[in-house]
Amino acid sequence: MNLIDQTFAKLKEEGKTALIPFLTTGDPDLETTIAIIQQLEQSGADLIELGVPYSDPLADGPVIQRASERALVNRISIRDCIDTAEKARQAGVKLPFILFTYFNPVLQFGLEAFMELVKTKGISGLIIPDLPMEEDEEVRALAEAAGIHLIPLVAPTSKDRVVQISRKARGFVYCVSSLGVTGVRAEFHSGIDDFLSTVREATDLPIAVGFGISSREQVERFSKSCDGVVVGSAIVRKIEEALPLLADASSREAGLRQIGEFVSELKV
Amino acid sequence: MNQVPDEKGRFGKFGGRYVPETLMNALLELEEAYNHYSKDPEFQEEVCYLLHKYSGRPTSLYYAERLSNHLGGAKVYLKREDLNHTGAHKINNTIGQAVLAKRMGKTKIIAETGAGQHGVASATVAALLGLECKVFMGEEDMKRQQLNVFRMQLLGAEVVPVTSGTRTLKDACNETLRYWVSHVEDTYYILGSATGPHPYPMIVRDFQRIIGDEARKQIVENEGRLPDYVVAAVGGGSNAIGIFYPFVGDETVRLVGVEAAGRGVDTNEHAATMTKGSHGVFQGSLSYLLQDEFGQVQPAHSISAGLDYPGIGPEHAYLKDSGRAQYFPITDAEALEALQLLSRTEGIIPALESAHAIAQTMKLAPTLSKDEIIVVSLSGRGDKDVEAIMGYLGGEQHESH
Repeated sequence: MNLIDQTFAKLKEEGKTALIPFLTTGDPDLETTIAIIQQLEQSGADLIELGVPYSDPLADGPVIQRASERALVNRISIRDCIDTAEKARQAGVKLPFILFTYFNPVLQFGLEAFMELVKTKGISGLIIPDLPMEEDEEVRALAEAAGIHLIPLVAPTSKDRVVQISRKARGFVYCVSSLGVTGVRAEFHSGIDDFLSTVREATDLPIAVGFGISSREQVERFSKSCDGVVVGSAIVRKIEEALPLLADASSREAGLRQIGEFVSELKV
Repeated sequence: MNQVPDEKGRFGKFGGRYVPETLMNALLELEEAYNHYSKDPEFQEEVCYLLHKYSGRPTSLYYAERLSNHLGGAKVYLKREDLNHTGAHKINNTIGQAVLAKRMGKTKIIAETGAGQHGVASATVAALLGLECKVFMGEEDMKRQQLNVFRMQLLGAEVVPVTSGTRTLKDACNETLRYWVSHVEDTYYILGSATGPHPYPMIVRDFQRIIGDEARKQIVENEGRLPDYVVAAVGGGSNAIGIFYPFVGDETVRLVGVEAAGRGVDTNEHAATMTKGSHGVFQGSLSYLLQDEFGQVQPAHSISAGLDYPGIGPEHAYLKDSGRAQYFPITDAEALEALQLLSRTEGIIPALESAHAIAQTMKLAPTLSKDEIIVVSLSGRGDKDVEAIMGYLGGEQHESH
């Protein structure tokens, strides 16, 4: 059984909502990413989204763009990101990993070789934000064969597409809370609750909500209607704020703690 | 060749719609509206009327006799897109898309721009049709093209500086797409090149094919036959696809695309996507792309802001891989030389983009006989570049980046 399914099943039994933090792999470096992942797990994370830094992150706002740029200074590759999942696992992390990557790095790696590597390195799911259902056939077939969940995005504007997308979904359905790019925001799409219930009706899989969620109140708000909440930019910003602390061995623990405290606050 | 694109927006294997789900509905709506209105005689009539009365089409196909004599080979004809209102071919597409936007009930338009030509053409049609207009422009390009920034502001548009990534055209495109995602309800994105997700490469080609349709008719009127070569500069590839497309079925006509080699294809500072790039997905479609081994997009360089782009439209990738068109690189220095030659022999100062096509013609024409014919797309006039050219030729330190 895929680790993502196990995690959601267990949380459901306990009546809990999954907290799914996102971080950009290699921001500020790979070793620190592993330490942050351990910190996130201790602070209540249930799944981890590992972002692959990309030069042209179309779906992302300025916070994650900056994180990508910092990671790319060190030429972090998609292979480095996949290896990071394995190293974190070896360091004792038990959470399921979801790799969040734009399509071109996957295409250049080679789809089959990529899927084989993802499988052997212990990654359970994939989110490819610029691969809508019209273009995902080959990747979906390979992922299916490898037992990796290809997790789709649905948006408030998806309308009739919600049913088709949900039917092909694996793992969970990722609901985009608002139109626009990733990033902290005070307001969500006005029809968000109707949208979430449409998705709920269309699938038996867990549904998670993301894009713009940054506070405990927002997590609580969505815990009522969703099985998981993704927090991306807000965590990446905390990492950014902690960079000076993380850079120095003597203050590193304090930096990690600072990130951990924020995540603990989010956990409901 | 088969009818392209197919219903999935594919030109052979190229093209497609590699965009976040948040944009899919807008693209589907656009495709539906375009399929509807492109068959609507009233819509076509309005576009034709504006192209004719407002922009001054048809543009002339001019026999450049002194240039031809100087080169000592083929007869060179120039398709004078520089004579359009706003000074470049870009307005062919902005008129078409702005009329479409209005029919779709959108009240605001957004556009990306590199050199500023597409931005000016968008701001112009926005003023003409009473639409609100925002133009996204890389901060670097804003410095290089201050006059065009002011021109857009005079026309009532807001120019939004883009500070992400390389601060040039590629990031202006990213930022426009990002903005569009959050404003799809009332905003139409006028994409300026034959790039991006389906249906844009098709729409832009269809609105630009008037260049080739006119040129084909005009050369037959003048010479009683089709040309042997059609030459056009390629950045994203809108003027090139516009002039190539009506000739694609004419097997005797050789199609030549000219891309920017910047400081040379053996340096790291060029925009030679076809010569040095490889297949990849970028800004919504599969095409050729300048990228590193990990699939990260590489910054491009060209003296011409309009060619300074690491991607290229998917239909060009299709024409290249099928062997129907050939693509050659021209350096900054060669383009500057061509610009001066055309200015002196014909009294036409071309845009730096178009100067690349002239430079390739300078290489090609002398190898041909006097009864062979080359049609060159003179995509724009050089006024916007004069200040920069003065810097380059005056020996001043004037970095284009």
